[in-house]
Amino acid sequence: MAKWIDGTGFEEDVVVSTRIRLARNLKGYRFPQKMNMEESESLTQKILNVMKELSSNTNYKFIRINNLTPLERVVFIEEHLISPGLIQKPDYSSFLLRDDESITIMINEEDHLRIQVLLPGLNFEEGWKISNEIDDFLESYLDFAFHQDFGYLTACPTNVGTGLRASVMVHLPSLSITGHVNNLINGLNKIGFTVRGLYGEGTEAVGDLFQISNQLTLGEEEEQIIKKLKNIIYQILDKERNVRNGLIENRKNEVEDRVFRSLGILKYSRNITSKEAMRLLSNVRLGIEMGIIDNIEFKEITNLMIEVQPASIQKYANKELTQEERNIIRANFIREKI
Amino acid sequence: MLCQVCNKNNATVHYTKIINGEIEELHMCDECAMNNNEFEFDTTFSFHKLLTGLIDSFQGETTRKEAGEFSCPFCGLSYAQFRQTGKFGCPQCYDTFKSNLIPLFKGIHGHNKHMGKVPKRTNKTLAKKREIHRLRTEMDRLVSREAFEEAAVLRDKIKELENELGAQKEE
Repeated sequence: MAKWIDGTGFEEDVVVSTRIRLARNLKGYRFPQKMNMEESESLTQKILNVMKELSSNTNYKFIRINNLTPLERVVFIEEHLISPGLIQKPDYSSFLLRDDESITIMINEEDHLRIQVLLPGLNFEEGWKISNEIDDFLESYLDFAFHQDFGYLTACPTNVGTGLRASVMVHLPSLSITGHVNNLINGLNKIGFTVRGLYGEGTEAVGDLFQISNQLTLGEEEEQIIKKLKNIIYQILDKERNVRNGLIENRKNEVEDRVFRSLGILKYSRNITSKEAMRLLSNVRLGIEMGIIDNIEFKEITNLMIEVQPASIQKYANKELTQEERNIIRANFIREKI
Repeated sequence: MLCQVCNKNNATVHYTKIINGEIEELHMCDECAMNNNEFEFDTTFSFHKLLTGLIDSFQGETTRKEAGEFSCPFCGLSYAQFRQTGKFGCPQCYDTFKSNLIPLFKGIHGHNKHMGKVPKRTNKTLAKKREIHRLRTEMDRLVSREAFEEAAVLRDKIKELENELGAQKEE
């Protein structure tokens, strides 16, 4: 199990995880897209030297992307520990991962530094506190590119200012079934929030999982940005729970049938694609959320949703597999777990 | 053959995807095919295009031309290149293209001035000003709740910070 999942958060019947990300850059260096190997190495060493000063009993593992096999790189993405953007320039990019996997410091993604804090359930307070402290620590040694008017300078103008992206992954099966989710996405876009798929920008929503985050980074304080997002999330929580109650009252048999059929297929199938597995796992999660199933924990489903992904299945099998082989091994794997 | 998505209707749409030699087949009924986003081929449309479109819409023709001609002295990025990619080359670019960026940021974020966190070590004055501002707001809130004792503590803190600011200026 990815370690970050193995904790408890708030509002777990809807919120899978909370992520806080801060983008920072160093003065005197070109942004990663423009830099050469030498600059990249000097910047990486500079950051590593600072990390040595971090006097606490927590340890960070330093990993260079080009020391990982292509498969291992994707496993880290599937576990949400690094972003897809980090593996674009493998010779330049690396990351520091804290023991408990709650913190990743990415080096040379789109920006020089991306601090990510990932926690289970809804937990903005803790997420912001931790990321703010790491930022303070790094800032006490490194000269960040900062502008009196524009704030923290970033490679993309959509991150300038606070460099803050706060996001939550929510499971919205009822809003999806009833078709409300499209209205929700449109509405959120209009008021400065973004809805994305499972792995961030440009990825599709599978398993009724959506990532909701702030779009605006300039002109507001960090706490304010987070507070706004939190208010929005609570509204979505209410809506999803209301619809769930309506479903239980009016379409109980239909929902139960859907949940147990899904569980049945997961328990007995011999060949399953990741897409189908995600759809069925989403239905089973709905069953837990609605109290129809009570012997499976949320974190087991969250974990399975990661472990059935193509790269993770190959890691489990310990070799590269064709799609057909993956589908068979995936089915075996799920049968063992459920 | 039954539709792989709903497993109920006959599959009428057959779709083969080949990416890096990896073949994936999908068989679906009409209804499921319509709802399937595998068929939206232009997935790269995107955010990036929207952004570069936005950059254009906030700059008048004349500034565009003028701006296109100068480049960042540190990384060599021209404004025309920035418009194309939507990405800056280095932190210096922000000063180089400053006059064009103010309307752009207003367009993207609705604001053009940072109000959040400040790196304390390298921006002592600004950090202190922000802290004073924050404490004042907090003090007003306490006064309105008639929590005068707590407000007085903040008042002293503000005074202290203001004195430090004055001392910094004289240095």
